[in-house]
Amino acid sequence: MVTILPNISDQKIWKLLAEVSDPEIPVLSVIDLGIIRDVKIYGDETEIIITPTYSGCPAMDAISMDIKFKLIENGYKNVKITSVLSPAWTTAWMTEEGKRKLNEYGIAPPGKTPELLPACPQCGSADTKLLSQFGSTSCKALFQCNDCKEPFDQFKCH
Amino acid sequence: MDNLINYVLHLADNNLIITQRNAEWCGHGPILEQDIAITNITLDLIGQSRNFYQYAAKLIGREATEDSLAYLRNERAFKNCLLAEQKNGDWAQTVLKQFFYSVYQYLLYEKMQGSKDEQLAAIAAKSLKEVTYHVTWSSEWVIRLGDGTEESHARMLYAISELWPYTGELFEPAPYEVEMISAGIAPDPTPIKAVWLQKVREVFAEATLAVPENIFMHNGGKTGTHTEQLGYILTELQYLQKTYPGSEW
Repeated sequence: MVTILPNISDQKIWKLLAEVSDPEIPVLSVIDLGIIRDVKIYGDETEIIITPTYSGCPAMDAISMDIKFKLIENGYKNVKITSVLSPAWTTAWMTEEGKRKLNEYGIAPPGKTPELLPACPQCGSADTKLLSQFGSTSCKALFQCNDCKEPFDQFKCH
Repeated sequence: MDNLINYVLHLADNNLIITQRNAEWCGHGPILEQDIAITNITLDLIGQSRNFYQYAAKLIGREATEDSLAYLRNERAFKNCLLAEQKNGDWAQTVLKQFFYSVYQYLLYEKMQGSKDEQLAAIAAKSLKEVTYHVTWSSEWVIRLGDGTEESHARMLYAISELWPYTGELFEPAPYEVEMISAGIAPDPTPIKAVWLQKVREVFAEATLAVPENIFMHNGGKTGTHTEQLGYILTELQYLQKTYPGSEW
């Protein structure tokens, strides 16, 4: 029989998930990324539903493993990670807190539309240009600031 | 069920084979940013093909895994379109092949989002966002080279003559595809042809290139009759698993 435990257990898991970060962008937690779709508890089994950012993102395997370890370390026994594709992940699910942390880290956060030029995370100038739509990871594009001349990454609007 | 498995394998193989070709550029791109761009596109495509292979493996059941499907099938079992397996040639041929494929993929997946098969619809919707970037990138390159120098224009002309004969197959449904179209699972590629051609014409016009007329079109990849290229690709791709079966790292 499936029993859904009170919400308090969910809260504890969400807190633990906030401590699991993206291996490529350590300032972002998996919650900031918006990839945790649901947390389900059935008796002593815990299921975390996640969705991939990009189809080929190699960090996804590492993230699934990190989530599993984090929960096991904290006493959860049967931890299952289920990946779902639909609805497709979008940067609109990234938290405001996540966007702020990204910018402080030196990566421009995703804009509301792909056409919108990001402000330079180094000097704040709005005068920037796209160098390449593809950057150091699947989720980033490469820009340059026309004022301070520094190149910078943007987390692409997706 | 066999028709669905074949169709899913066809979608998976298309991506895996063009991916294996693109990966040959890793570390050899004309400039760093473009080396990164082509390998990022490759990463997206391999991720999409894994989604298809995982689904095919689930449908097949038994011992099938995404790895056994990619590494242990022989040439005649591969159902990728002939376009995907063609040689990279120079940068002009590579970007043109990617352009033809990405535009096709975009139009096909756009329709596949409405598939009666939920998993195919989900993979299509997810992939479409990635493919949108591939279309933009490859279109820009076709324009840059076509409308570039005398040398780059000549190279695009040669690329068109090499690759155009492999574009017809994309829009000729294979028997398993026909079955999946009537089941509402696969989009019919026949009406997509006109839209594809329209997009190619627009980009070619900007690139000062012309669309060839009345060219003989090759066929057969979707049903396992390949050009000699696929054998070389699989020899390299499958070498490790065939020489040391079951090896992991």
